[in-house]
Amino acid sequence: MDKFDKLTGIAAPMPLVNVDTDMIIPKQFLKTIKRSGLGVNLFDEMRYDRQGNEIADFVLNQTQYREAEILVAGENFGCGSSREHAPWAIKDFGIRCVIAPSFADIFYNNCFKNGILPITLPQEQVDVLMKDAEKGSNARMTVELEAQTVTTSDGETLSFEVDSFKKHCLLQGLDDIGLTMEKAGAIDSFEKSAAAERPWV
Amino acid sequence: MSPKTLYDKIWDAHVAHEADDGTCLLYIDRHLVHEVTSPQAFEGLRMAGRKVRAPEKTIAVPDHNVPTTAGREDPKNMTEDSAIQVAALDKNAKDFGIHYYPVSDVRQGIVHIVGPEQGWTLPGMTVVCGDSHTATHGAFGALAHGIGTSEVEHVLATQTLIQKKSKNMKVEITGRLRPGVTAKDITLSVIGHTGTAGGTGYVIEYCGEAIRDLSMEGRMTVCNMAIEGGARAGLIAPDEKTFEYVQGRPHAPKGAKWEAALAWWKTLYSDDDAHWDKVVTIKGEDIAPVVTWGTSPEDVLPITANVPSADDFEGGKIGAAQRSLDYMGLTPGTPLREIEIDTVFIGSCTNGRIEDLRAAAEVLKGKKVKVKRAMVVPGSGLVRAQAEEEGLADIFKEAGFEWRLAGCSMCLAMNPDQLSEGERCASTSNRNFEGRQGYKGRTHLMSPAMAAAAAVTGRLTDIREMN
Repeated sequence: MDKFDKLTGIAAPMPLVNVDTDMIIPKQFLKTIKRSGLGVNLFDEMRYDRQGNEIADFVLNQTQYREAEILVAGENFGCGSSREHAPWAIKDFGIRCVIAPSFADIFYNNCFKNGILPITLPQEQVDVLMKDAEKGSNARMTVELEAQTVTTSDGETLSFEVDSFKKHCLLQGLDDIGLTMEKAGAIDSFEKSAAAERPWV
Repeated sequence: MSPKTLYDKIWDAHVAHEADDGTCLLYIDRHLVHEVTSPQAFEGLRMAGRKVRAPEKTIAVPDHNVPTTAGREDPKNMTEDSAIQVAALDKNAKDFGIHYYPVSDVRQGIVHIVGPEQGWTLPGMTVVCGDSHTATHGAFGALAHGIGTSEVEHVLATQTLIQKKSKNMKVEITGRLRPGVTAKDITLSVIGHTGTAGGTGYVIEYCGEAIRDLSMEGRMTVCNMAIEGGARAGLIAPDEKTFEYVQGRPHAPKGAKWEAALAWWKTLYSDDDAHWDKVVTIKGEDIAPVVTWGTSPEDVLPITANVPSADDFEGGKIGAAQRSLDYMGLTPGTPLREIEIDTVFIGSCTNGRIEDLRAAAEVLKGKKVKVKRAMVVPGSGLVRAQAEEEGLADIFKEAGFEWRLAGCSMCLAMNPDQLSEGERCASTSNRNFEGRQGYKGRTHLMSPAMAAAAAVTGRLTDIREMN
């Protein structure tokens, strides 16, 4: 997995609540058997018309946000399905960090498996970042995972919370399965005792 | 011992390893797999030279993108990309030696209907699937939730998940339901009450007299939509109804194992003085037959209400409500019962079981549909067969419904069953998101009886007015 440590980049404002996974990547793009190549279809139905032409006022189609690496959004971002195609599409587009007042549980977890940092901040602080993002491409935000901070283009620094284990894995780019395999002994002994206690499973 | 919730008990029984910071390896008893969220996970195993650790606990069935029309066993009758995904699942099931129900098998169906039907889902288990509606299995008092594809690969390889414990939330529905009110109205009303993020960070236990009174199928409908309320999982303590439903199913325990299982299952309830981090109580008698008007499952109103205006909301929801009204093509103040419907969809893991079809057929008996298109998609081949045996299929067909083969179908419209632009649908599914049932399609969520009533009148209809 790609590491995430520090990122300075353009932030795109998306002041919508309940951005769901069907918006992020509509179902017609779930028929792939690969993880890559979904960035072009990120937010497909908001980004293109039926003929495939770009919808000019959609944020990621605007000149100043085409190279955005951070997304600032409303509450409950990523609600809906478990499709990991959503973070795959976000990553493939080039966005490495999403900031919102709250995230849906499965989407939030899926981000960490793909080198994307989801940052939860109180609404008032997200409002500050949203305003900063609205300034366009001259306003670059900086996200530092080790320090757990976001710094606006004006130099205002906000702190965020993140689970220590998830932070460690993201900073190091660690593979979860490899880590768990190191605990195979614990799984073996659990399996043995569970089979004795609940033989019907 | 300190008092525990049902969730605490199941959690504690499945922790294989706990790190100092509370990060746990949670052992998984059942892993359900479908064609859309698994190909990359199996590919990951192959690349790393890994095996499926517990193939006997892994069950696969194609459901999301399979056509629901005749002849689908022939890949030529699928779109090319769907056929590739189904062929990949065929191959992965065979190569890795996991249980498999192909489309040609009468037991094939929606993964969350097949699991309980075949007795794979049992009380006190941990159940996961690369699908958010895995919460359905919580109806058995199992800890069940959706996972992403990386986690699917993790479970395939290690039979565990890396997890931190969620908080405990109690949703109590007291007293009795009024006539015409169903499990779907309960679950939609709860989401309307708590919002789509109200359960974020929690596992919900549904309890109270109105929940106890529900059948197992009704309980599955309630738990199914726990995810729409933001919760990691929803569950209901097992009782005699649960045990009766499970007993005798193909993969349910038998003989001495059944007795041992039953003894443990009977300990699976929340202790009286257990700690709850959040409690929501709703009176059963206050719940009306409801429909959704917007593009979020929290946009719930009694069928007797009018379309709201954006001014009725606060904060970020003002803009969201306006966007929903525009998308849905609705004018504030319009009575919901005057909204005309083009299409009716009865099916999905929320409402594709036999009792759902019975409830819809009851309304449709001797009547004709007034909508352009109406379809019933049974949740499994076995549900379909039973409905045919009970004469329900004839009622649907005579009313003008299409009688389809089992699958997810128009719930997420990955297969050819889709709404066209602007088409308005009365649907028994679980999500009314923009584009969910087809590009620019408009979805109103409701119970099977209400969807059937809408089919007959051609508009959103109060089931209590049907004779």
